[in-house]
Amino acid sequence: MQNEELKTIITELLPAAAFEEGGEWLNVQVEAADLLAFAGQLRNRPDLNFDYLFCLTCVDWKTHLTMVYHLRSTQYKHHLVLKVKLNRDQPDVETLSAIWRTAEFLEREVYEMFGVNFLNHPDLRLLILPDGWEGKNPMRKDFEDPINMIKL
Amino acid sequence: MVEELGKTTEGDLIINVGPQHPATHGVLHLVITLNGETIKNVEPHLGYIHRSIEKMSESLTYRQFIYVTSRMDYLSAHINNHACAMCVEKGLQIEVPERAQVIRVIMDELTRIASHELWWGAMAMDLGALTPFFYAFRERETINEIMEETCGARLTMNYMVPGGVLQDLHPDFQRKVKEFIQLYKRKIHEYDELVTGNIIFQNRMKGVGYLSPEDAVSYGCSGPVTRGSGVSSDIRKHYPYEIYDKLEFDEILETGCDSFARYLVRIREMEQSVRIIEQLIDNIPEGDYQAKTKAVLKLPKGEFYQRVETARGELGVYIVSEGGTTPYRIKYRSPGFSNLSVLNKIATGSKLGDLVAMMGTLDLVIPDIDR
Amino acid sequence: MWSLSQIAGSIHEWLSTTFNPTIALVLEMVIAGVAIIGLFAVLGLVLVIMERKVAAWIQIRLGPNRVGPKGLLQSAADTVKLLVKEGMTPDGADKFLFNLAPFIAMIVAMLLMAPIAFAKDFQFWDLNIGILYVSSISSIMVISILMAGWSSNNKYSLMGAMRSGAQIVSYELSAGLAILTIVVLTGSLQVSEIVQSQANGWWLFKGHIPAIIAFVIFMIAVTAETNRAPFDLAEAESELTAGFHTEYSGMKFALFFLSEYVNVFIVCAIGATLFLGGWMPFHIGNWEAFNHVMDYIPSSIWFFGKTFFLIFLIMWFRWTFPRLRIDQLLNLEWKYLLPISMVNLLLMTALAILGWYF
Repeated sequence: MQNEELKTIITELLPAAAFEEGGEWLNVQVEAADLLAFAGQLRNRPDLNFDYLFCLTCVDWKTHLTMVYHLRSTQYKHHLVLKVKLNRDQPDVETLSAIWRTAEFLEREVYEMFGVNFLNHPDLRLLILPDGWEGKNPMRKDFEDPINMIKL
Repeated sequence: MVEELGKTTEGDLIINVGPQHPATHGVLHLVITLNGETIKNVEPHLGYIHRSIEKMSESLTYRQFIYVTSRMDYLSAHINNHACAMCVEKGLQIEVPERAQVIRVIMDELTRIASHELWWGAMAMDLGALTPFFYAFRERETINEIMEETCGARLTMNYMVPGGVLQDLHPDFQRKVKEFIQLYKRKIHEYDELVTGNIIFQNRMKGVGYLSPEDAVSYGCSGPVTRGSGVSSDIRKHYPYEIYDKLEFDEILETGCDSFARYLVRIREMEQSVRIIEQLIDNIPEGDYQAKTKAVLKLPKGEFYQRVETARGELGVYIVSEGGTTPYRIKYRSPGFSNLSVLNKIATGSKLGDLVAMMGTLDLVIPDIDR
Repeated sequence: MWSLSQIAGSIHEWLSTTFNPTIALVLEMVIAGVAIIGLFAVLGLVLVIMERKVAAWIQIRLGPNRVGPKGLLQSAADTVKLLVKEGMTPDGADKFLFNLAPFIAMIVAMLLMAPIAFAKDFQFWDLNIGILYVSSISSIMVISILMAGWSSNNKYSLMGAMRSGAQIVSYELSAGLAILTIVVLTGSLQVSEIVQSQANGWWLFKGHIPAIIAFVIFMIAVTAETNRAPFDLAEAESELTAGFHTEYSGMKFALFFLSEYVNVFIVCAIGATLFLGGWMPFHIGNWEAFNHVMDYIPSSIWFFGKTFFLIFLIMWFRWTFPRLRIDQLLNLEWKYLLPISMVNLLLMTALAILGWYF
């Protein structure tokens, strides 16, 4: 499906969705509150069928955090980039691990690296960082660690 | 550890496999709950080799960060570099000369064969057969020598630069690659005689580690893991990059969904890689091996995503640029991370000995998972 | 002609003429004890270097080639290294059992040497239930493994020990039944008589197909009993790091290692004795000239030749096959080998009663 067709369907589904121009694929900006329901429709609607979440990450924009979900349909081979703006001080967002199982692991990584709090996540614990790292989020831009220097 | 203890019932045994364990091939740490020999739960604990490559890349220029990624999936270092180079080229809209493209593809496929060779030997070793490892290394050594001659390194080649490759091919390259193909074709039947056809091996692999096609997609698996479940997922076929769309090769699909299917996919993939190299090795076009680029690269503001098919699956490089000389944010979508997440699903209910076989067929490379 | 029995005879003669009978007997016992310990050590060294050379040959590499000519002194150097290494005992281990286990393994291996006929008339103890003695003593081996696994206070060791217990107890049955098929033919449990009964041909050839089946089952069962690949589940290094001897180091580990190799030697010696005629030369019916030539080869060479051939077979298994899973291992024994060997034993009994063997 082409980007234009996707755009019309998505506007039907979620009138509040904002589109970003530029970039290889269609970028859709949604509110954190709409995310779970919207993602469920993207996955389950037969003509969209976004069954493959191939990249889940977060970008720290210093003023806010942006969750970025790269979706694709193995059936139709169309792509969609889903973006959710989060408050930097209280980044709460619903987990998508019930829709795409891969999100469970990827969200755990984002949780410890960016401190994003995934609501209703089945197993939100540290995955990569050692115990006692809660609260310090190494991938945020303002993270400084004088002992374990990361920046080059 | 404490949380896991809470979940267990009396009579369960919790063992730590790793971070130092012969079967984890690195520093993967699995906390396994066992009932007798039967696995009840597998809980991966990661981070023992986490080097924060993503954070590090944020302070490296677009020419530099490529070389850090060799250390992610060190068995397909070349393909990692390739993905990064292509992502930068996409941002700068650099046209890569055809000679460079062909060289890159040949190198990618050689890397893929080398990686699968190592996997084959290591997986047989997991199953208790030590000899295949040495047979695998016999062929792999030839590839490493070819790499060493042209790239100057055997494992972390660092041969890709934005716009092409670092230097031209060694004059002996074509001859050596042809010799390797001859050697490979002469020796490949030994692999089947020694391992594939072995009755003990087949009994250990068949029906073990069942991964349904739906789960394979939902868990975000990629590469031979999904193709062993019959899901077509080859990036080279579906979203071709470089000259892959002009090449003749098959995407290997097996419908067994078990460890044996994943094994067969990788074995047959090596043959397809040889097929690709055979098509290209006599037809390397003349011309530049590198496009003319500025000394300091600045990506325009925006987001760029490039994916390639590594030996383990789909590697994605996601660059968020603010227009500077360094990436603002970079994310590597590593195939191993998603493939690992499926381990608990497929291992629950099977025997401890089979866990090792499953980890073998998932082809986990720990630095790729940890990044 | 030079032979071991003549040397033994002349020593015996010299001792009994020089000393009074009691002292002579005591001295003979001491000599036998020293000989067994010496043999134990030498066998360990020889088999380790042999295993490494065989492995290297199968794995297209050179193997040890630095210490001594062609690396032949490598295992001696390794022994020295193991001797000077610190023998650690883990904190939570049951110290008494932990230190006892390797010695039990060694003592069992030594006891098993007693009834083996190394050459014509050269045997430490030709007791009338020799074969029964071997199969019963070899069962004690499992106790040392269980002891090592339990006392190490290590989960991997415990799992290795439990696997090993299940495995050895099961495969003992098949090995025992395979041995019985030959005992049925000879009508004796005495090693010397079993060897003597093969003067006109080895049981492998005389006993028709049942003997061949019994031989194959015996080789599979003893491979499992000695915990060697493809049945090395007790120490499956990719699953259990090192299984029951994970916590052992230094000389205590070396004793396990040595006893494993000596056990391999013993089971192969028993196999050679039962099926391949022990020290008996290869004879073919009435070919007088051929038989005469064969008789010229010393009996000890026949015995060791056959034994080392079987050892080579077992090493070949190890470096070729992947490991079985625990349920497959037990299935193989209880569902296939045991029924087959039972039927085979009945068949052999019928053959023996009807006299349908050569």
